[in-house]
Amino acid sequence: MTKSTDNSVVDPFEAALSVQDVKGRSPWEDAWHRLLKNRAAVYSTFIMAFMLMLVVFGPMLISWESDFTDWDHTSSPPSVESGHWFGTDAVGRDILVRTLEGGRISLLVGLVATIVSLLIGVSYGAVAGYFGGAADRMMMRVVDIIYALPFMFFVILLMVVFGRHILFIFVAIGAVNWLDMARIVRGQTLSLRNTEFIEAARACGVGDWAIIRRHIIPNLLGLVIVYATLTIPQVILLESFLSFLGLGVQEPMSSWGALVADGAQDMESAPWTLIVPAVFLTVTLYCFNYIGDGLRDAFDPKDRL
Amino acid sequence: MARHSLRRLLGLIPTLLMLITVAFFLMRVAPGGPFDSEKVLPPEIEANLNAKYHLDEPLLTQYFRYLGQVATLDFGPSFQYKDWTVNELIAQGLPISLTVGLTAMILAFVLGTLLGIAAALRQNTAVDYSLMGFAMLGISIPNFVIAPILILLLAVYAGWLPAGGWDWSIASMVLPVVTLALPVTAYIARLTRASMIEVLNSNFIRTARAKGLPESTVIRRHALRPALLPVISFLGPAMAGMISGSVVIERIFSIPGLGSYFVQGALNRDYTLVMGVVIFYGVLIIVLNFLVDLIYAWLNPKVRYDEKY
Amino acid sequence: MALLEVKDLNVGFCTPEGEVHAVNKLDFSLKAGDALAIVGESGSGKTQTVMALMGLLADNGRVNGQALFKGEDLLKMSTTELNKHRGREIAMIFQDPLTSLNPYLRIGKQMIEVVRHHQGLSKAEARAQAVEMLRAVRIPDPERRLNQYPHEFSGGMRQRVMVAMGLLCEPDLLIADEPTTALDVTVQVQISHLMGELRKKSNTAIILITHDLGVVAGLCERVLVMYAGEAVECGSAEQIFYDPRHPYTQGLLDSVPRLDRPDDKELHAIPGNPPNLLSLPEGCKFRDRCPKAHDACKHEPPMQVTEDRHAYRCFLGESA
Repeated sequence: MTKSTDNSVVDPFEAALSVQDVKGRSPWEDAWHRLLKNRAAVYSTFIMAFMLMLVVFGPMLISWESDFTDWDHTSSPPSVESGHWFGTDAVGRDILVRTLEGGRISLLVGLVATIVSLLIGVSYGAVAGYFGGAADRMMMRVVDIIYALPFMFFVILLMVVFGRHILFIFVAIGAVNWLDMARIVRGQTLSLRNTEFIEAARACGVGDWAIIRRHIIPNLLGLVIVYATLTIPQVILLESFLSFLGLGVQEPMSSWGALVADGAQDMESAPWTLIVPAVFLTVTLYCFNYIGDGLRDAFDPKDRL
Repeated sequence: MARHSLRRLLGLIPTLLMLITVAFFLMRVAPGGPFDSEKVLPPEIEANLNAKYHLDEPLLTQYFRYLGQVATLDFGPSFQYKDWTVNELIAQGLPISLTVGLTAMILAFVLGTLLGIAAALRQNTAVDYSLMGFAMLGISIPNFVIAPILILLLAVYAGWLPAGGWDWSIASMVLPVVTLALPVTAYIARLTRASMIEVLNSNFIRTARAKGLPESTVIRRHALRPALLPVISFLGPAMAGMISGSVVIERIFSIPGLGSYFVQGALNRDYTLVMGVVIFYGVLIIVLNFLVDLIYAWLNPKVRYDEKY
Repeated sequence: MALLEVKDLNVGFCTPEGEVHAVNKLDFSLKAGDALAIVGESGSGKTQTVMALMGLLADNGRVNGQALFKGEDLLKMSTTELNKHRGREIAMIFQDPLTSLNPYLRIGKQMIEVVRHHQGLSKAEARAQAVEMLRAVRIPDPERRLNQYPHEFSGGMRQRVMVAMGLLCEPDLLIADEPTTALDVTVQVQISHLMGELRKKSNTAIILITHDLGVVAGLCERVLVMYAGEAVECGSAEQIFYDPRHPYTQGLLDSVPRLDRPDDKELHAIPGNPPNLLSLPEGCKFRDRCPKAHDACKHEPPMQVTEDRHAYRCFLGESA
């Protein structure tokens, strides 16, 4: 191909272009700026970071062990002299330590189950959206069917069936929670599929799986981050429901849900046993919801909820 | 439109079938049988019991036998509650669960939409921010956290309401209904607000204003219906979510509804009871979803006419 | 007495990046029965001008100046007061009839509510009037059509419905914001003719906003050319088309491909881009793209007016 060097037609245009140089901003930068403007999301991130520090390092720094029963101070209210800043429960275990260690479990479940649901949901949705047609319709029918059913029943059944090992909890919750992600990913993949750059890739002979890997999945990244962040609180909530019903992690491990259940039993005589884990749980869910919301607004202001 | 509805109804059967199948096989996979919790039985009696309940047959046979029973609406006897059939148990628990659930749903819808509209009309003011802040809180606080706190405040300290139990009195209904409705109300409020804001920015609202109609008319006649469409769509999953939440609520408030039967049944391997409740709720949700679809089509003329082409 | 007198109209929008000056120091006036076209490219401020008049600016919009309609200042009115005029004495039709009509309500309901609200007619009377109007805009079978939804009409018919809806209360002024842009060419002609006819019948004044000079010629006697939020030329249609004084107007006319100029082999375009409304340059806004710019253009050019009321904002004395 010969390259034309006659730029005489283009030159006047170039000269006439306004002097201001427009600095481009990638969609990621745009999203980042929008996110920073969302004060609720920013504060929530700081609080969550602090919470993470607390649950990871807190128990190491506190002198009480989580299973140490302080017989001198059973069901004692929060006080500084007793050393139990947040009080103790009915058998004398320090509430703060129990709550922080419970936090480890709750957050861990949140993270891992979200990853499980992410893996299932993204692959399912991407495949359905990419191949389209009958395969898509059938796959989405399945999603519709499952969506209409109360997830709680299935998780309970799964827990009853497979026992209460923590790994099963990850899988059970993840297996029940992937639907939203699948739907969103499928929708996005469908619209991506019809864009011109995908057509161009296909015209150049790039195979289906390579297209999915190289073009579709990177473009889904933003959306996936948003919905993964929104899934975390859902998952933590589900786990806490399970624990509350006695179907969650087994002793000696504890999670916020179980602690709240325990606390609810003694709430008249020792309300702090309920309040402390409840506050931690609520604050975590609250913050994650704001962060997820903020991310969603940042990536696509039209999708505000 | 009738033909369309019929087709939708038929399409629900695979859903139901899948529900039944999954629940059936899941229950059977669980280790342990329905009689394990009792004292150790001599082998002949155990064999007799198993034969009586057809538990010694191959699983697939049991499955088809069960399907046949369900088709005649016979859910079999309860393994756990010896003198009761599942049908009887469901008949006992259903009215309670239904009352709590329906009341909560209506409350959530009415209150949620009102709050959402109020927030949308005062966008970016203090009212808006505080309403949405509370809504976010409502979504974030699990109902088993709110419930004990409310019980503590309103029942134990103030003594206005009973702490639990069910006696069909308004007082015993208040707390369970409110706790069940809260997260859904919050979600609906946020959904309505976002939807209303979007509708208010659309071109046809601009036209309505350009015609000189007062703002209240514009909102009532032009904005309300399209704004509520996403909320109507959400009612299906909302009800499923409420049913899930009812399991916990019934436990906390000691309400003998279907949810508690379910949990107990699952823990005690009462196959028939669990299956019965699952199928029952499944059908309920499917039917309710269908009704919601009908309502949506009635409200949204675009959907109605699309079917013709 | 002028029907509408706009004096020193300024419209701006507060954005995080600064204030966007959409309309600057705009003056124009209209007598009863006049037809004025406001012409300009995207971003010239023509739409925001009429949005300001109708009180339909976005929340972050700021207006000052005067817009006297029959002596009353529209810009100082509250929404309630404005609603007495909107839809009744001043009607507006919009660019995209598909999104501008409520897709969830039947056409009849949308038309009838205007008349019932402003004129207090009964349902039957209002319905009869709506049918008459649909007939006047040449929609066949109007009785049945009233019960249909917007998506059951074609694009051209939808726009006719909008015109009918706008004229129901026999307004003194009809503002049409790019009514034909979203339609194909044959339909454009029909709508233009329709507006012309209806205008003759009821002596309605028309403000037609468009970037399409062809549509202007058939309908309007006077033309206002806007650029970067300012009026750069104003005159009768003949003056604008045959004796354009402002270099921008000349460029606009030049850029329309013509069948009667066979030696034209290239398309003429005005080089460059309109200025950034966030930071408008000093002096003449068209300076950077003007083939006839000279040093004096660094300063604000005066608005020259000839004896036959042909105004243009330029330093140049004579037409090229």
